[in-house]
Amino acid sequence: MQMADASYTLPDEKGHFGPYGGIFVAETLIPALEELRLAYEACRVDPAFQAEFEYELKHYVGRPSPVYHAARWSRELGGAQIYLKREDLNHTGAHKVNNCIGQAMLARRMGKPRVIAETGAGQHGVATATVAARYGMECVVYMGSEDVRRQAANVYRMKLLGAEVVPVESGSKTLKDALNEAMRDWVTHIADTFYIIGTVAGPHPYPQMVRDFQCVIGRECIEQVPELTGRQPDYVIACVGGGSNAMGIFHPYIPYPDVRLIGVEAAGDGLDTGRHAASLSAGKPGVLHGNRTYLLQNEDGQIIETHSISAGLDYPGVGPEHAWLKDSGRAEYVGVTDDEALQAFHDLCRLEGIIPALESSHALAHAARLAPTLPSDRIILVNLSGRGDKDMHTVAERSGIQF
Amino acid sequence: MSKIQARFARLQSERRKALIPFITAGDPSPAATLPLMRALVDGGADIIELGVPFSDPMADGPTIQRASERALAAGMSLRRVLGIVSEFRQQDADTPIVLMGYANPIEAMGIERFVDDAAAAGVDGVLVVDYPPQESEAFAARLKAAAIDPIFLLAPTSTEQRMRDVGRFGSGYIYYVSLTGVTGAGHLDHGQVAARIPAIREAVGMPVGVGFGIRDAASAKRIGEIADAVVIGSRIIEEIERAGEADAPVRVRALIGDIREALDSLPQGTA
Repeated sequence: MQMADASYTLPDEKGHFGPYGGIFVAETLIPALEELRLAYEACRVDPAFQAEFEYELKHYVGRPSPVYHAARWSRELGGAQIYLKREDLNHTGAHKVNNCIGQAMLARRMGKPRVIAETGAGQHGVATATVAARYGMECVVYMGSEDVRRQAANVYRMKLLGAEVVPVESGSKTLKDALNEAMRDWVTHIADTFYIIGTVAGPHPYPQMVRDFQCVIGRECIEQVPELTGRQPDYVIACVGGGSNAMGIFHPYIPYPDVRLIGVEAAGDGLDTGRHAASLSAGKPGVLHGNRTYLLQNEDGQIIETHSISAGLDYPGVGPEHAWLKDSGRAEYVGVTDDEALQAFHDLCRLEGIIPALESSHALAHAARLAPTLPSDRIILVNLSGRGDKDMHTVAERSGIQF
Repeated sequence: MSKIQARFARLQSERRKALIPFITAGDPSPAATLPLMRALVDGGADIIELGVPFSDPMADGPTIQRASERALAAGMSLRRVLGIVSEFRQQDADTPIVLMGYANPIEAMGIERFVDDAAAAGVDGVLVVDYPPQESEAFAARLKAAAIDPIFLLAPTSTEQRMRDVGRFGSGYIYYVSLTGVTGAGHLDHGQVAARIPAIREAVGMPVGVGFGIRDAASAKRIGEIADAVVIGSRIIEEIERAGEADAPVRVRALIGDIREALDSLPQGTA
């Protein structure tokens, strides 16, 4: 059995992961972030908070989510054995809710009755609206007006759950602009408002806090995979947009040097076409949304518009810890195109009876690429971060089908 | 003594308040900026804050966001902003210029290169909205080495410790954001601002400019009663939007002229 190396303790006290992360915000937000950091650090070591979090994850989310051996798909691919961490079976259909529960509990402790969130495809917005309804909090979700148009069903879901959805008309009218607008709301309503960021990005302590709330994914896997296979996996693969599902499954495996961690970015039409969302593979370091990280930007340092078939990966930045894991070599990052992701989507539907989210299909596609190159006793663990019901419309449209 | 410090020293000896207007470089077009800068000086500006447009201006309200979008659509970039400053310097050697913007365009150019080129162009101060003191110690030191003042923000929520940090890393003046909100917002609480300024001035040891929420001569005058400098931005951008490119310089000059007159009508020796 491989030994765990416990020397990884990032971020440092200022929220840095090597040169990445940090707190890059206007002065007006600094005290709010300080208040949040202190509250989070207290909850992090408070057994009562942790016990309540575990209770909620078990009874409201339905954790632990199972690990499932995709035996038929593995046989078809003819190589390594693929196992799926079934985050798609969570309440609300994705990993997002783990983090929303943690942050909403924190908001309650801090006495903030109003929560706000940004959303792209609407998954984080739905998870936030769900949790806000559960705890009786006022909820406002910012969403690019372009995304509001493309994701009408999720907009309606949020409204059913009692949230107000505010369409954002500035900039490219997508996720990054929704994030800008949520930050503006927060700075204007600091006293009574908690900003629930949906991914491992933003100013410290968000990247650490969101990672910690999502680490339940990897911690469960470390127990579950040996129960099924007698050992830890050889590869752990997860899709990376902002990177919260990937950090959640990667982080507990960082101390296991024999487990290779592979993040899969959206290569859209192809990394050489300029139409993609692969910040780590094709971007360069810069400062956006409160942290230093890899960004897709032009030579003047303006943030450029991204493309992916999967709205959840369609973001020009990435969590700063991924930037550090890339530079340090602890994780590697690859790209998967729209077409490759769709192929994996259809294969999983037909061979395993599981409809995966298009985001997760990127991770599946890389597993499908890797498995045939490996012997059949190797183990690949893929984070199936969400279910694909929300993507019916996109996939049908791509196949020329109208409902 | 930097050009900004010299300007404040002179104003103080004349017992006058500094007027610091803000415009976004390249709004509505790159050609519009020089005439607007001249109009600001003619109207009575002491220091010009020149906004460097950015695709994601998180700390700005809708007015300055629109200005940024127009400027970027018209092809403005940090490099071109420095070009405009160079050109302005050929006609005006005295009026201090402060660049105000976000970190990423500067980092994309490279911090060393930016500081060198800004100094060569004749920039006197730099305010990077998303570079708080704890993340920009080296950047501030490099600016100071090039005789450029690093300008920092303080907010109503800033602690004593923050004020001391800002006093240590910054120079020139402090930009006190009088509201917790984005640029262009209303509801300025005059009494609250007045109560804070003496403590800030004491902690930072430099002049305090107040911005956010200043709309006209009357509100500027009320701030002039308590602060060393009045910063006005969104209201000027709105004037440029309403006037259109051709008429903007005349209208902006008139607006700034009214505010200048109001500030100069303050009884000498206030604050």
